Amino acid sequence: MKYAIPIILVAVTVALMVLGLYVTGQAGITVGVTKGSALHTARASTPDQAVTNLLVDVQRRNWDRAFADISSTSGISEQAFIQDWMGSNGSLLSFSALEGFDSRPLHATNDEAQFRIRLHFSTPVGPLEDVRDIHLIREGAVWKAVWPKVEVPSVPAQVVPVNFLRWDLVTGSADDEWGSKTVDAPHVRIISMNAVGSAEGAVVMGEVTNEDTIPAFVTVNATLVDAAGNPIDEESSFDKIAHVLLPKQVTPYRIDFPNLNLKNVKNVHMDVKASLVPASADPVIGVMNQKIDSDVQGKSVLSGDLLNQGGQTVNIPHVIASFYDNDGKVVWVSDGYVDRALLPQSSQPFAVEIPKALAAKVHSFHVVVNQFSLGKS
Amino acid sequence: MSRLLRFCAVICLARSFVGVCAAQDFHVPDSAVAGAESSISTTGSGKGIFYLVGPGVSRKSDIVLGEEVQLAAQDLRNAGDYLAIVCSGTCRSESFFVSASKPANLTFLVHPSRVPVALGDAVSGVAFPFDRYHNLVLAAENINFQLTAKGTSLWSRSVRTQNGVAWFRTASGKSAGPLQVVASLGDLNTPRAVQQVASDPCNLRITGQRTPKGILVQTEPIHDCAGNVVPDGTIVTFTATGAVGMGTVDAPIKQGVARAQIEVLGPTTISVASGVVMGNEIRVGAQP
Repeated sequence: MKYAIPIILVAVTVALMVLGLYVTGQAGITVGVTKGSALHTARASTPDQAVTNLLVDVQRRNWDRAFADISSTSGISEQAFIQDWMGSNGSLLSFSALEGFDSRPLHATNDEAQFRIRLHFSTPVGPLEDVRDIHLIREGAVWKAVWPKVEVPSVPAQVVPVNFLRWDLVTGSADDEWGSKTVDAPHVRIISMNAVGSAEGAVVMGEVTNEDTIPAFVTVNATLVDAAGNPIDEESSFDKIAHVLLPKQVTPYRIDFPNLNLKNVKNVHMDVKASLVPASADPVIGVMNQKIDSDVQGKSVLSGDLLNQGGQTVNIPHVIASFYDNDGKVVWVSDGYVDRALLPQSSQPFAVEIPKALAAKVHSFHVVVNQFSLGKS
Repeated sequence: MSRLLRFCAVICLARSFVGVCAAQDFHVPDSAVAGAESSISTTGSGKGIFYLVGPGVSRKSDIVLGEEVQLAAQDLRNAGDYLAIVCSGTCRSESFFVSASKPANLTFLVHPSRVPVALGDAVSGVAFPFDRYHNLVLAAENINFQLTAKGTSLWSRSVRTQNGVAWFRTASGKSAGPLQVVASLGDLNTPRAVQQVASDPCNLRITGQRTPKGILVQTEPIHDCAGNVVPDGTIVTFTATGAVGMGTVDAPIKQGVARAQIEVLGPTTISVASGVVMGNEIRVGAQP
């Protein structure tokens, strides 16, 4: 009698395991959500397994095996496939790693399937998410992905004349007479500020301009103060601002206060600091084809193309957009990094998200491009 | 214990007896000047000890009462309150003030180092006269302030110092370039330079034309309202709005003009702004 309960439990467990294996084998095409921790299988007999195999190989940077998961009808070379994942020219992607992924079937038949994959990259500028749709086809008994051809910008050899505009900073020697050789910090001004609350916390945003004739390195800090005059929290704009402002340039800024209720805030103290900084006015980056649209997930996004009009490669372009309502008030500031390098005289698409609740309010917008180039401070 | 108390009592009596015998008096200088020798006269007889305590100095020396105590120039370098103490049995003290000597250096601070033209109360300066030992000269002095640009005097004023300070505030000039600001006191001249820069752009106007690559748009030479050329590197924002979307370019002024290539198809409206200043709007038709 004392062995009855353990024997029953073992029997039930074994029965459930056998049942589980049998049911999975009969299903043919998996229609669930796969996470990045899924295991690699030798032959992808289902589209789900094909997606998992491909992404696990990419995650492990096992490029030969990953490319073997690609259908030969794709017409893409292995080198181009690797470059599509690894980036090039010092782009953000070349400093990133695929941390994980989710995949979800959009539709599936016996011969083809469409999956939407959400890729989670870890990057030097924080986590980055990318959403792609993958088309899969069945080749015999094996499912393979059809990888779209990567359009790598082809930059012809050329000479781009640039009248190089640059400001250098010369610091005075220590023995200068007191008051004889001081150079004032650039004059910058906050031209708008708006504080909004949301479920995630409070957000302070607006725009700041450099009113001076020299470049400025700008940081904006905000201190939230309660009704008793005590500071609740203090934060800076961190990377949601273009820190280097050329003369008369305007940049949006956004300061996030996570998990903080705006109802507890009585005052917001703004503090803008500016210091002299060497800077260059090149390259000029145009922002073309800007429009607010819905992406494949139905989210409102501001999309467009960045066009590098200069002769230098911009390794990591950073887009910051301010959105205005009918009254010209800044109602939101979004930013996003472009994971591909911006080669001279070429363009790259970008998209930044607009919160669903604010999308209807947005009347106009302004985009600023921040640039990070290797070898430049 | 009782022997120790007796010994102390004897010492005290002896000291008070000596003090009565050699009662000392002394007179400090009425007006001493920093860096100049001075003396203190004493009365009485016998030996004593002289202490001098002042800003940055403390000195002890043996003296003979009835003779003058010489104060070296080195001891009186710093202006301020000094305390002289003479001890001979008992101690007596007198204080005296050492004032700064004649101005030997004029420190002049001017703010800002860079200023837009034609701005009211934009330039300010403050001058401090110091003697050769870096003492602030508190005696009233007349300091002349003069502003010149391109060899022409723009403004001048004589200001009397109060408590060692003289200051001025005035408007910036109308033309961009270096503004020389000089503070003068007697033979002393201290020059400073303020860079006058162009103010915000005025009458910002653009022209544009279709090219095979899009629209080439450029400004007319950009000046401020006083006619000064806005410096190169100033950002001008071109915004093109067409049927299929919007294009913006933040272009720096180069050689007085900002230009940009905008890729927009179809009929397009282009506007221009620099900072918070808006310019004109133009309409460019579709590619023929």
